[in-house]
Amino acid sequence: MPVVLDADRMARSLARIAHEILERKSGPGNTVDIAELALVGIRTRGVPLARRIAKSIHEIAQHETPTGALDITLYRDDLSSHTLGPQPLVRKTEIPFSIDGKLILLVDDVLYTGRTIRAALDALIDFGRPKAIQLVVLVDRGHRELPIKADYVGKNIPTASTQNVQVHLMEIDGRDEVEVLP
Amino acid sequence: MKKDLLGIADLTADDIYRVLETADAMREVGQRPIKKVPTLRGKTVVNLFYEPSTRTRTSFEIAEKRLSADTLNVAVSASSVLKGETLVDTALNIEAMSPDMIVLRHASSGACHLLSRICKSRIINAGDGMHEHPTQALLDAFTIREHKKDIAGLKIAIIGDLLHSRVLRSNALLLTKLGANLWVCGPPTLVPPGIECLGVHVTTSVEEAVSDADVIMMLRIQQERMQGAFFPSLREYFNVFGMTTDRVKLAKPDVIIMHPGPMNRGVEIASDVADGPYSVILEQVANGVAVRMAVLYLLAGGVEDEAAA
Amino acid sequence: MKRLLKGARLVDPVNGRDGSFDVLIDGGRIARIGRDLPVDGAAVVQIPSGLVVCPGLIDMHVHLREPGQEHKETVATGTAAAVAGGFTAVACMPNTSPVNDNAGVTEYVLKKAAEANLARVYPIGAVSRDQKGEQLADIAELKSAGCVAITDDGRPVATALLMRRALEYTSMFNMPVIEHCEDQTLKGDGVAHEGFHASSLGLRGIPSEAESIMALRDISLASLTGGAVHIAHMSARQTLAAVRFGKSQGARVTCEVTPHHFVLTDEMLGAPVAYDTNTKMNPPLREASDRDAMLQGLADGSIDVIATDHAPHAADEKQVEFDQAPFGITGLETAVSLCFDRLVHRGVVPLPRLVELLSVNPARILNIPGGSLSEGAPADITILAPDLAVTVAAARMKSKSKNTPFDGWQLRGGVAATIVAGRLVYANDNLDLAIW
Repeated sequence: MPVVLDADRMARSLARIAHEILERKSGPGNTVDIAELALVGIRTRGVPLARRIAKSIHEIAQHETPTGALDITLYRDDLSSHTLGPQPLVRKTEIPFSIDGKLILLVDDVLYTGRTIRAALDALIDFGRPKAIQLVVLVDRGHRELPIKADYVGKNIPTASTQNVQVHLMEIDGRDEVEVLP
Repeated sequence: MKKDLLGIADLTADDIYRVLETADAMREVGQRPIKKVPTLRGKTVVNLFYEPSTRTRTSFEIAEKRLSADTLNVAVSASSVLKGETLVDTALNIEAMSPDMIVLRHASSGACHLLSRICKSRIINAGDGMHEHPTQALLDAFTIREHKKDIAGLKIAIIGDLLHSRVLRSNALLLTKLGANLWVCGPPTLVPPGIECLGVHVTTSVEEAVSDADVIMMLRIQQERMQGAFFPSLREYFNVFGMTTDRVKLAKPDVIIMHPGPMNRGVEIASDVADGPYSVILEQVANGVAVRMAVLYLLAGGVEDEAAA
Repeated sequence: MKRLLKGARLVDPVNGRDGSFDVLIDGGRIARIGRDLPVDGAAVVQIPSGLVVCPGLIDMHVHLREPGQEHKETVATGTAAAVAGGFTAVACMPNTSPVNDNAGVTEYVLKKAAEANLARVYPIGAVSRDQKGEQLADIAELKSAGCVAITDDGRPVATALLMRRALEYTSMFNMPVIEHCEDQTLKGDGVAHEGFHASSLGLRGIPSEAESIMALRDISLASLTGGAVHIAHMSARQTLAAVRFGKSQGARVTCEVTPHHFVLTDEMLGAPVAYDTNTKMNPPLREASDRDAMLQGLADGSIDVIATDHAPHAADEKQVEFDQAPFGITGLETAVSLCFDRLVHRGVVPLPRLVELLSVNPARILNIPGGSLSEGAPADITILAPDLAVTVAAARMKSKSKNTPFDGWQLRGGVAATIVAGRLVYANDNLDLAIW
């Protein structure tokens, strides 16, 4: 069965993540203020996920978390090898707030090798000096190639590297579903 | 997109939109506190300018640096040309040092085509003789879309020395490809033979050209044209073809005035029009950097969908 | 040594022959022509069927570049290219360095031709000293040294007055003035035909009228003086109209067209290779209507001669920006194939008319031997292969220079062999000719 996360489970995972974020932030010994939180979704599917988490946080704590969109194409480490092939399409980065002193929650759909996250970290550093950066992912499929770990995970799905994990979101694909295909 | 950018003639409408959309993303880089992305890190770009240029060369240089490329400016002075080194020899000598891209501006039409046949580096045309100036047309299109959303259906007037203008040729090709209603105007002595075959309206009446226009683009008049008996004097040129406030009033109320620069105030354009509320001339310059970043990025490859990370 | 050429179709318009005839060659001359000639001790050369024997072809517009520009071509390499192209004789232009405006240079060229011992060379002398357009050159001296015509080719004769004098003066020697028709102020710094293609490519244009205006001038002066003017490398339909008018008025005007002007158009400036300097020549490639007018003129007899304007240039000289490149392309080794493929096989001209254009008329206009296979005449013979499949290969050409736009072209028709004064000076190795 290719579907490993259906719409219902996805919604519950995201709601749980929102609770976890708020709990950790306000737990014992924690110095983070809810006002310092900011969400940055990595394009493309990290962006609607970030917005949904922002909405959940608002429902729980009646707080508007600043949300931005980050395009990491220009920071990829595999561009130089593309000299004869086509380049990936660059989309706009929109972070309409200062990230200085904030706890940035980077949001992406799938955590795999970790290279996208490395590129995102490079990009964010160019925007300012956050207090801390944490990682939120809907799916962790393993096979890290860099020392990167997620702080909040929707679901751990061990996969073979030959398999393909496809995340479908209502805002982009018209349905909420995660499939693992051979 | 192909290996080189030699002219708008080789681009499809899709290619053009791709450049403009990428330029939009690139512009945001220029608005950050750290105006740099590592995309072209380790790539070498040579700016080989045989004609003097402040605007275009600086624009390319900033664009290259924002993408973290290593830039090399080779300003070929008159003396090295006098020493007899051919363009081909100069380019091959530079190629021996393995640049990734060469940005060439040259006085001879077709110079970039010649280098493209001989060099392995990607060639970007920064203006070849009277032929094309593709990045100028692209930044002009970008500027127009900032103000007018869509180019299709706009009435655009280009006025000036049409015969010798590479900006005209590139713009005529680009704007007609994107569906504009293009009017070109100039003295009969400066109208290129057969230009109507590009799908443009040709007129010698400025009033006809600008009437109800959405965009007015003025081209530079060069002093040397008087030696070739193309028109009697700059004064007469200004009286018949110069863009004055009165003529601007014939256009649409939200018209924009453009000029590739550098301007001859009082010759093709009155100072008060150049500095007036409709002028977007300085925006064109700012947009040039973003557009050139897009071109450099896209030429280090092409375009495809997002690859999985 | 007697040789008997047997079994070929002989095309000899001057003597009214077109059919199967044998040719007996003896002592470098044509001894006899007839049907089924007896062998009588001659070496028999059986000409394979399909080949055509005709009077040796004569290219009356060739730049041999010697003296002074030997890096482009020499008399030796140029005449080797000529015979490979089927030409038994060429007339060479005086714009060498030094200019051929005196007996010394004329004799030098003839000496080099004799050393090469391939095609015959007929020098054309300058109209004016150093081709400067100020004073007439010593034309009588040029004629007695061996020149067959005069020209300032490369440029027009500078003024109407000088052209008038040249026409008057040369009429005494029965030599034509060959004219490169071009109004230089209209040409300006143009590099290509003034039209849509040059415009789109940003190349400065040369209008057709730059040529036709000068042709009209020269034809009027020919009428005035009774002198003979030959319009070189005609390219524009307006010029052809002027020539027709002049002929109808009884002026002594003749004209020539190059193969590239009846095959190519200015569309080649942009494609297949943009800014290919092998499409840059003067006069430039013009529009389709001009090219078609030339074809019409060849068919209806208004055009007298096909001549190549063979203009070799070294590779590095042509590998520059279009407006910096020298004008000109080679032509000796592509002419016959282009003539067969584009004229004879397309029904534009029949083969006997082609022989007139390439042999009979050049001989007549320059007043030189040749143009026919008459008994007693020198045995200058070209053997043509009308159906030979030819792929133009610049790298294998005999000319020192390879500046041709036809490289790689596949054409039908070529040269089987070239014979000068009874000697075989060229044989095509692609043809199994058990000849000689």
